[in-house]
Amino acid sequence: MTRNLIGWLQALPLAFVLAGFLVAPVAMIGMVSFWGSTEFSIYPAFQFENYRYLFSSAVTWKVFFATFKYAAITWALTLSIGFPVAFFLAFHVRSQTLQVALFLVCTIPFWTSNIIRMISWIPFLGRNGIANKTLIDWGVIDQPLEWLLYSDFSVILAFVHLYTLFMVVPIFNTMMRIDRSLLEAARDAGASGYQTLVHVILPLTKPGIMIGTIFVVTLVMGDFITVRFMSGSQRANVGRLISNDIALLQYPSAAATAVVLLVTVLMVIGILLRFVNIRKEL
Amino acid sequence: MSKMRYSRRGFLKTGTAAAAATAFPAPMIWAQEIKDITLRQFGTGVSNLNEVATKVKEDLGFSLEMTALDSDAVTQRAATQPDSFDIADIEYWIAKKVWPTGNLQAMETSKIENYDKIVGIFRSGKLTPESEIAQGTAPHTVGFVEGPGSTTFAAEETGYMTLIPTIYNADTLGIRPDLIGRPISNWSELLNPEFKGKASILDISSIGIMDMAMVVESMGEYKYPDKGNMTKEEIDLTIGIFTEAKKAGQFRAFWKTFDESVNLMTSGEVVIQSMWSPAITAVKSRGIPCVYQPLEEGYRSWGGGIGLSSSLSGMALDAAYEYINWYLSGWVGGFLMRQGYYSAVPETSKDFMSEDEWGYWFEGRPATGDITNPFGDVLAAAGETRDGGSFYDRMGAVACWNAVMDENQYMVRKWNEFIAA
Repeated sequence: MTRNLIGWLQALPLAFVLAGFLVAPVAMIGMVSFWGSTEFSIYPAFQFENYRYLFSSAVTWKVFFATFKYAAITWALTLSIGFPVAFFLAFHVRSQTLQVALFLVCTIPFWTSNIIRMISWIPFLGRNGIANKTLIDWGVIDQPLEWLLYSDFSVILAFVHLYTLFMVVPIFNTMMRIDRSLLEAARDAGASGYQTLVHVILPLTKPGIMIGTIFVVTLVMGDFITVRFMSGSQRANVGRLISNDIALLQYPSAAATAVVLLVTVLMVIGILLRFVNIRKEL
Repeated sequence: MSKMRYSRRGFLKTGTAAAAATAFPAPMIWAQEIKDITLRQFGTGVSNLNEVATKVKEDLGFSLEMTALDSDAVTQRAATQPDSFDIADIEYWIAKKVWPTGNLQAMETSKIENYDKIVGIFRSGKLTPESEIAQGTAPHTVGFVEGPGSTTFAAEETGYMTLIPTIYNADTLGIRPDLIGRPISNWSELLNPEFKGKASILDISSIGIMDMAMVVESMGEYKYPDKGNMTKEEIDLTIGIFTEAKKAGQFRAFWKTFDESVNLMTSGEVVIQSMWSPAITAVKSRGIPCVYQPLEEGYRSWGGGIGLSSSLSGMALDAAYEYINWYLSGWVGGFLMRQGYYSAVPETSKDFMSEDEWGYWFEGRPATGDITNPFGDVLAAAGETRDGGSFYDRMGAVACWNAVMDENQYMVRKWNEFIAA
């Protein structure tokens, strides 16, 4: 009884924090999404107008599709870059000092703000930027490549640059926990390097991949600033839809979009978690 | 109130605190107190300049805290957080949106020393008695209310102003003459396929829609009865034309802040775009040719002014009036006009500008020597004239004002779709 009570008491502070800073704001967003708005004010109501408009607009579907597209491509690229990097760090680098050093090297770009890391691509990719100038000097192209900047390409490039580390870290972490004797056993049993990778390392790394996936997918789906800057406001994802609404004082409409986005992301994560038990990892 | 003026004059004109103290012992206490006053001003980047705050401290003794935001954020803050500011430095179309919330208080024109000298645009709506009033949210239509507490606008001068006009200009397209290489004289050039992938428009709906309307009219697609107050069909038509152009790849980017427009132009990503006058100046000061191209159809104009928070009262309110009177008394006007804006009371600014500067910026005469902005950058050499000419040439050719329409919410949704398309 007392042990039970102490347990509850110990959970209480966190419960308060979560209730105040997570549950209440989300509930508030859910509530406001049913409100009405005029140009300069919002008024309490219970109407489905915001949702009706959201689902009836062709733009919404396109924008959600674009959001998924960015998430999927970014995920595929960060995974295919992140996995080999983590693999190299975990299995090829033998000395622990070197491992730590190389891992720190990976994080160096994160010492600056992500906005700066993103914006620094702009002069590089621009029409008269370094990339185009170099390619023209080498004679590879005659005309500057227009699609380098303010396009889907630049948006995804920035996403991959910003978020690959979020894939590397959890995968590296899981790989480090793999019992090395398992690899030896596989080798003794006659498995080739490739077979060991596919049948031993990959299954054991799944929780790490899943955690990285959740990081990358939620970050990309919730982003708006990268899309705005790297596409020169030419492309949109759901986050931009919300930020535009907020800028134009359409809070209820923004809240409705946010609720739909939240539900979508939760569904995606729900599906992901069915594949792998990440508790094992924690 | 009288105490206040007394003190400031005594304080400033004698120049030393000691003299003020011996001459007027009582106001001295007040003069101590005014140092503790801090007025919080926020507004768009154009006039929220630290130089102004420094000069206020020097001339009036109290502190001014400046926050610069983009137009949307300014509107949002004025509408939703009335206690977060004392002075709102906003545009007239923003005032139209924000005034009905009751977050701002009407100002008595009798307390404004230079009220009679304020340019006609902000009072009767006419620059000269013969002028025609342009379409859109013309400043005088939202400049007056019947009395304190009134949330609807009055049709003519009433003695109660919503905003005290401070700064305004006539906007047009900015171009890179070196990259275009031929004369540009119509708004329709923005959608000319010749500039495919090299055009830009600003992503601020209330302003952008007016630029769009100027372009659509110039293309001969449609003649609006009132650009500043479109019907739903007109909004669909206007945004439809631009959505098509966007899908065809006409635009390189859209910009939302001043700096973005400068970078787009300087880097050569864009050769023709909606632009603001100081952005042109900023491009030029980097040694890159850039012209604020006067166009046949006329200008899209905007005006800003200072509004007072309804929670402002007592000594802080008196200080705010002092600030407004100081604002119109010339120094700020000169400071702004030397960057290419206009002051609401141009004649008082004349004393704070050299004859050459006045001739170049206001009268449209050729410069006789180098024209520099207040920060020392050379903007024009001897012999050059200002793009668009004199004050009366430019402000007399205004075709429309930045506007908020009756169908604004519909427009905003369509705008959002245009951006997402």
